[in-house]
Amino acid sequence: MILKKIIPILLIIVAAVFSCSNDDTAPQSSNITFSFSHSWDGTPITNSDFNTIKFTNANGEDLSITKLRYIVSKIIFTKSTGEDFIFEGYHLIDLTNTTSLDFSVFEALPYGKYTNVSFIFGLNNEDNYNNNYQDLNSASWNVPDLLGGGYHYMQLEGKFIDNTSTETGYAYHAIRAVDNSGASLSFEDTFFEVNLGEANITDNAKFNIEMNVAEWFKNPNTWDLNMLNNMLMPNFNAQILMFQNGQNVFSLKSIAQ
Amino acid sequence: MNYYSLHTLLFIMFICFSCTNEPVEQYAPTPSALKIPKLFSENIIAPVIPSNNPQTVEGVRLGKKLFFDPILSGNNTQACASCHSPKNAFTDTSRFSNGIDGRLGLRNAMPLFNLAWNYNERFFWDGKSFSLEHQAFIPVTDPLEMKSTWADVTEKLQQHPEYPTLFQEAFGTSQIDSTLVTKAMAQFERTLISANSKFDQYLLGETELSGEELNGFNVFMDETKGDCFHCHGSDKNPLWTDNAFHNNGLDETFTDLGLGAVTGDPADNGKFKSPSLRNVEFTAPYMHDGRFTTLEEVINHYSEGLKNSSTIDPLMKKVSQGGVGLSEKDKADLKAFLLTLSDFEFINNPDFLNN
Ligand code: HEC
Ligand code: HEC
Repeated sequence: MILKKIIPILLIIVAAVFSCSNDDTAPQSSNITFSFSHSWDGTPITNSDFNTIKFTNANGEDLSITKLRYIVSKIIFTKSTGEDFIFEGYHLIDLTNTTSLDFSVFEALPYGKYTNVSFIFGLNNEDNYNNNYQDLNSASWNVPDLLGGGYHYMQLEGKFIDNTSTETGYAYHAIRAVDNSGASLSFEDTFFEVNLGEANITDNAKFNIEMNVAEWFKNPNTWDLNMLNNMLMPNFNAQILMFQNGQNVFSLKSIAQ
Repeated sequence: MNYYSLHTLLFIMFICFSCTNEPVEQYAPTPSALKIPKLFSENIIAPVIPSNNPQTVEGVRLGKKLFFDPILSGNNTQACASCHSPKNAFTDTSRFSNGIDGRLGLRNAMPLFNLAWNYNERFFWDGKSFSLEHQAFIPVTDPLEMKSTWADVTEKLQQHPEYPTLFQEAFGTSQIDSTLVTKAMAQFERTLISANSKFDQYLLGETELSGEELNGFNVFMDETKGDCFHCHGSDKNPLWTDNAFHNNGLDETFTDLGLGAVTGDPADNGKFKSPSLRNVEFTAPYMHDGRFTTLEEVINHYSEGLKNSSTIDPLMKKVSQGGVGLSEKDKADLKAFLLTLSDFEFINNPDFLNN
């Protein structure tokens, strides 16, 4: 008698509890986290390595890092069926803010094989312009309207020993390449897609991605800080060199799951 | 409804209400949301208001009275407003401020506005104080400033004919303590919002800038010229500061270590918080030690007066030549632009005056 009354109530409670998941089999999807680490040709870099001249670039210049911030966006997981799962957002990584190194990409991505995982270094033009991102504005991440507006892709700053043995600042700021010498601005795209290759997603997948900072100075262009250390934002050619050197800075170290 | 479901309902209700055990009738002051200017809500993230100190009409009113009241100082001669005067965008005009004994402080007083948008909440030139509530503890007992004790101040306030009632209205208790004093002052300070300069009006499409002012803004934004925007805000960051700490090349060696003395990290020596350039017309003298009396001197510093040191910011360029060397026209225009950041409505706002 009593049971008869309680069972319907129990059933309702059970239904309420489970109504959020619309699969009645075992979980079929994983949360996805991206976690960024940094190295100088394999030697790990964290913010505790900042402010000391301890790195040597391909051109032989000794240098320090005092700031490293960059933005990644539009993360795409492509299923073997051709279906794309897209994270439309962006994320600003700042090495002095360790909580910014990891971020959640998806709450629930279906298990299985993905033929490619990619993200954009910087922001593509659609995302870069005609958007007003309050968090990025608050972080003083803008590019002046004089250079077409939008946002920085990266700010890498520090000191190097120049060819007069003087400690000199450098500000390696990556933006969309713009030539402002003529009557109107002319652009060339310098954001780029980073392909991490294929992935088999099971549970709690965490992508450990590394930026090799030394690459920005190395390949294919040996960067000469004596020539190119500051005022690089309006320097069209410097932006193209950064774009070329950026192609191999990121690599997937592991997928922990 | 039968017996069992009634039971279940009662049980559920019991669970729902079991968390509140306070009496229903409780005094609550009148909430008073900050009036967020359009340019701020459009461009930057929301201000920081601690959940344990919400803005209220009564709290702000009390905070304002305290801010202008010399009762907070040891000999009843000095108020916060003595060094933070509304007509100077809440700073003063002297290089170092006099404390109640006439002894000079070691740093230039700072203007006070848009403080709720200091997202990392580090206050003072060297960031040594976290949060506005905490900041307000300091001047009252600073021997170079108000040179009082909190026991003395709370006693004087408690004996005052009006204050106990005002605290009752603001916080629901007439028992005055230092925490409530600083909460009230922080509430008042958060209302000090400045967002109506000529440049703000220009951004809102309400006014035009002159050719000189526009060129000055371009100098400010041009990485090969002023390159001020990396640290001092822009048309997209109407705070006109990054609220971060930098060494902008004032000295080769430091008598005041700034942030370095707070963090203990030599890499922070000589770093100070970038001040907002809003209202800079009213806030002379300039820099943490008030070394420059005019904007011309400041601009000359960035143009050709930079001094090298191991912690100078990498954005300071051509340091061996003292800077990028702006033309006389660019210097004059840069100054004309800086003057468009003056907010006359702010310095004359009756809500912020002692009345
Ligand atoms: C004797 C002059 C003097 C008095 C009185 C005084 N101040 Fe200040 N105030 C200063 C100086 C100088 C600084 C900068 C100190 C430093 O950086 O070491 C400052 C800094 C501040 C700041 C930090 C602003 C920022 O952007 O970081 C706040 C807030 C402030 N004062 C509020 C107050 C309040 C509230 C009172 C009253 C309780 C008060 N002051 C009384 C001189 C004074
Ligand atoms: C690297 C960051 C940085 C850059 C770039 C920069 N500043 Fe500053 N600025 C600061 C800091 C930090 C201070 C405070 C320094 C101190 O007091 O020790 C300051 C102080 C000032 C002050 C004094 C304000 C006051 O209330 O005392 C003015 C005015 C100023 N800067 C204008 C400019 C202009 C104009 C430019 C471009 C030519 C510029 N700044 C570029 C960081 C910067």
